[in-house]
Amino acid sequence: MYTERVMEHFRHPHNMGKLADYSAIGKVGNIVCGDVMWLYIRVEKDAQDRDVIADISWETFGCTAAIATSSMVSDLARGKTLEEAIAITNQDVAHELGGLPPVKMHCSALAADALNEAIYNYLSDQKRDVPDVLRRRHERVEKDVAALDKRYKAFLDREQAKESPPAPGESRCS
Amino acid sequence: MPERVYLDNSATTPVAPEVLAAMRPYFNSAYGNASSLHEFGREARHAVEESRAAIALHLRVLPEEIVFTSGATEADNLAILGSAYARGRTGGHVVSSTIEHHAVLHSVEWLTSHGFAATLVDVDAAGRVDPDHIRAALRKDTFLVSIIAGSNEIGTLEPIAEIGSLCRERGIAFHTDAVQAFGKIDLPTESVDLLSASAHKLHGPKGVGLLVVRKKTRLSPMMHGGGHERGRRSGTENVPGIVGFAAATRLAAQERGEVVARMRSFRARLIEGVASIPGTRLNGHPTDSLPHIANFSFQGIEGESLVMRLDEHGIATSTGSACSSPDLEPSHVLVAIGVPLSMAHGSLRISTGRQTTSADIDRLLDVLPRVVRDLRALSPFKVGE
Repeated sequence: MYTERVMEHFRHPHNMGKLADYSAIGKVGNIVCGDVMWLYIRVEKDAQDRDVIADISWETFGCTAAIATSSMVSDLARGKTLEEAIAITNQDVAHELGGLPPVKMHCSALAADALNEAIYNYLSDQKRDVPDVLRRRHERVEKDVAALDKRYKAFLDREQAKESPPAPGESRCS
Repeated sequence: MPERVYLDNSATTPVAPEVLAAMRPYFNSAYGNASSLHEFGREARHAVEESRAAIALHLRVLPEEIVFTSGATEADNLAILGSAYARGRTGGHVVSSTIEHHAVLHSVEWLTSHGFAATLVDVDAAGRVDPDHIRAALRKDTFLVSIIAGSNEIGTLEPIAEIGSLCRERGIAFHTDAVQAFGKIDLPTESVDLLSASAHKLHGPKGVGLLVVRKKTRLSPMMHGGGHERGRRSGTENVPGIVGFAAATRLAAQERGEVVARMRSFRARLIEGVASIPGTRLNGHPTDSLPHIANFSFQGIEGESLVMRLDEHGIATSTGSACSSPDLEPSHVLVAIGVPLSMAHGSLRISTGRQTTSADIDRLLDVLPRVVRDLRALSPFKVGE
C-alpha cells in the first residue's frame, strides 16, 4: 500500500519535534478527521539578504502518510528561500515519496498547506506583503476548516456535551 | 527479525492443521458435486450432511435448521433481507443497534431506502444494548430484531437470550450475528430464530458461513437456482469449506475450556499492561466480554500509525481509526459508545486465537509502550502535561 520511501520517512522521520526559537507556526488539519499537523519555521536572512527557512520542524497527529508527508515537506523546505518554499506543492511532496495511495493524497495536501500557513503567518506577523498565491491558499485552508466543522457538527456537539474534559486539541474545533 | 506475532484473530484466523487435513480429500479425491447421483456425489453429500449434523449438535439445533452460505456477510444479508422479503409486501419495521457489524447495519439501511423502517437502539458506555430499549423500540409492525452476540470491535457481550425471549413473546423474529461469539461462548439458540456464523474466525477456511434458520421462521431466499439447502440458498455446496467448518467447530468445542481460559488470562494481562501506559482507555466492558478481543485507545496518537509501527516490529493488530477506513470515518462502534473523537482515532484492537502464546503477549506488551512513546513524541498533543 505504501511505497518504501513513505515507510522510510515513517520509520525514521526527519526534523520532528518543536523548534525552540521558531519565527512562525502553520497549524492545519482537524482532530475530528484524525490528522493534525503543526509546522514550525525559523526564518533568517542569507548572505544575499534573502529570507530563507533556516530551520524547520513539525509535530503531527496522524497516519503513516501524514507522518511521512510531514517529514518530506520539512526536507523539501529546509534551506529554501520563502519564494522557493511557497512554490512547493502537494504533488511535489507526494512525488518525492514515490506516490501515495489515492485515499491518502489529502495528507500531502495537509503538509503543503502547513508550510503555506507557516509562511503566511510569518509574513503577516512581520506586516509584510503576502503574495496573492499564498493568500488564496490561506483562504482556501480556512474554508476547508469551516467545511469540516460543519460536516462534523453532530460529532462535535456530542463531544462538547460530554462531561469529561476535552482531550488536548479538541478545543480547536469549538 | 524475530518471528511474527499475529494478534488480529478477529479479522481472520489461521486454518488449524486438523481442519486442513479434514478438508484436503474434498478438493481432489472426493470432489463430487453433492447433488450428483453417482458415488462421487454421494461421498460429497455424505460429508456435507455429516458436517451439518456436527455443527447442529454443537449449536443444539436441528441439522435442517442450518443453511450454509459463502460467509457471514451473506448470512447476515439473508437473515435481514430474507425476513423482509418473506413478508410479501414492502413495509414493516426492523430494530437493530448502533454497534452492529456493517453486514447487518448496511442491510438494514438498504431496507430503509426501500420502503421499510428501522430503529437503531443506542448502547451504554461499555457497548451494551439494554433489552428495555429494544422493548421500547418495538412497533406493531416490527417483524425483525437483529442484535450482535458479541461485538467484533470491542468484544462486549449482548444480552441476546433476554432480547430473544422478549421477541419470542411477541412473535417477532430475532437474528443475532454470532460471528465472533461462535465457538467461544454458549449461544442461547433456543431464544434465537436466525443466527449467523463464519468458519474463518474459528480456524476454519474463508468462504464458508452459515445461517441458522429455526423452524417456522419465515425467510425468502436471496440466491435462486438449483434449490440447494432446502431451497433457502441455491448454489453448489462448498464441500471442503463445509467439512472444514465442521472440523473447526469440533475442534473449538473440544478445546474450548482450555483455549478460552487462556484467552481470558491474556485479555486480563493486556488490560493491566495497557493501563500502565498513561493516557489510555479500554473500550468495551472489562469483564462481560468475548474472551479474545481487547480494544484500547491511546491519547495523542493515531491508530493507523500505531498499527503500522507495531507491524514494523512484526506484530499484527488492527484499528478503528478513520485513516484505516476507506471512507475516512472513525469506527461507528467507538463513536456509539461515546469514545471522544481524539481517542476514537487512536484505537487499537488486539485479538487472540488458539495459537496465541504467552510469549506473544509478552512481545506486544514489551513493544507497545515504546511505540506509543515514539509516536507521542511526534504528536502536537502531549499526554500528561
